[in-house]
Amino acid sequence: MIEIKNISKSFNDRKVLDNVSSVFEKGKTSLVIGASGTGKSVLLKCMLDLVRPEKGTTLYDGRDFYIGEDEDKKNIRREMGVLFQGGALFDSQTVHKNVQFPLDMLTEMPEKEKKDRVEFCLHRVGLEGTGNRMPAEISGGMKKRVGIARAIVMNPRYLFCDEPNSGLDPLTSIKIDELIKEITEEYNTTTVIITHDMNSVLSIGDYIMFLYKGKKIWEGNSQTILDASVPELEEFVFSNKALKQMRDDKRH
Amino acid sequence: MLSVVGKYLIFLGKLFTRRETFKVYWNRFLDECLAIGISSIFIVAIVAIFIGAVTCVQTRANLVSPVIPVYIVSNIVRDMTLLELSSTFMCVVLAGKVGSNIAGELGTMKISEQIDALEVMGINSASYLVLPKLLASIFTFPLLAIISGFLGIFGGYMAGTLTGIITPEDYIYGIRYSFIPFNVFIAIIKAFVFGFLISTISAFKGYYTRGGALEVGQASTSAVTNSCIAVLIADYLLAELLT
Repeated sequence: MIEIKNISKSFNDRKVLDNVSSVFEKGKTSLVIGASGTGKSVLLKCMLDLVRPEKGTTLYDGRDFYIGEDEDKKNIRREMGVLFQGGALFDSQTVHKNVQFPLDMLTEMPEKEKKDRVEFCLHRVGLEGTGNRMPAEISGGMKKRVGIARAIVMNPRYLFCDEPNSGLDPLTSIKIDELIKEITEEYNTTTVIITHDMNSVLSIGDYIMFLYKGKKIWEGNSQTILDASVPELEEFVFSNKALKQMRDDKRH
Repeated sequence: MLSVVGKYLIFLGKLFTRRETFKVYWNRFLDECLAIGISSIFIVAIVAIFIGAVTCVQTRANLVSPVIPVYIVSNIVRDMTLLELSSTFMCVVLAGKVGSNIAGELGTMKISEQIDALEVMGINSASYLVLPKLLASIFTFPLLAIISGFLGIFGGYMAGTLTGIITPEDYIYGIRYSFIPFNVFIAIIKAFVFGFLISTISAFKGYYTRGGALEVGQASTSAVTNSCIAVLIADYLLAELLT
């Protein structure tokens, strides 16, 4: 379980996050949604301590991430897997080496075990046989999958995904969503996804938090979001006219 | 300006904290020696040979007095090459090649979140990425300076003897005449210091890149400009200290 408490962050005089608190449960896919520039990615960076908030804290199963020794933080980091927006694969390394990288850096595992683990993870994301290819030689969707394989290679307790569907076609987006959902259930991870993709919201949102101008103004799940009566959320959700039409038809 | 210097010094400090294992650095050090040192041999060789040749031809053209012996030409080529061309001039060229490469690589890694990916894994990205580049630079630059010094003098020999402005015997006599071995040491020290400056300044510029492709280009340009200025200032200070 991940708990964020009263997180506030400003850049210069601009308040990007204002007292945001929430709880992300284990074994569930939690989504942070909102329009561009509402602070979703900054919130994720605060949770990963890539950006330190002025106020508030993040607790990983009760362990405060911002205080304590470097070793404690390192231990928590070893339990994290992160899928970055563009995959963040290392350009100079093959797909196999990219996935193996956390094992090389953070474990003393024998080479054979590492290789097996990497093969297993690549197989898990449907990329068996692509280990020798370079990141520049694979598609955007494949890069995301390699990113997921790298994120799960250490058996993480916490999985973070920053806009996993951005730049992907609808079919690949759905496959990535399903993969993340399956992994969350299979490994019982606490999964936090930053997105503004409504397909993801409706299909995998066990818990959804809506950010607007740096504030949390709604929380719920994929069943309750369509009936929410928050104007800012309605504007966001029903920006798609077809979806709005469907809702209106349903209401009449 | 002071805040930038302070940030640079903090960045240098960061390279030596939370380090990884020796094996990790060793493998990366070897890779960087190839990328920074070995891949620069060709450009260093070309620059050194031609600069040595030009120095020889220009010196001979300007030494018109009959009382000055002709072997002074190679004597001047030797001292200019060892004291200035093989270290300073070569490092200005390397600031362009290696500096822009380091800044561009780190800048791209920054904007494509690869550096964030390292940090999230609990790896000190500055130390992991930059320290091997720094070590490879301070190791390979002096070696390149030695190659450059030799090829510069050799270039002068080729230009001088093939065009007939100096005989091989005079040239050899000139480069051996009143030779001060410490000058070779000066070239090595200079290359060591310049290697440190170019790698760290370029890495600093690349590591703190913000934005997109445009900013990566600007970081590369800024890395080269700042490295060249730092090399020239350090060159003057070292000249005062060592000669």
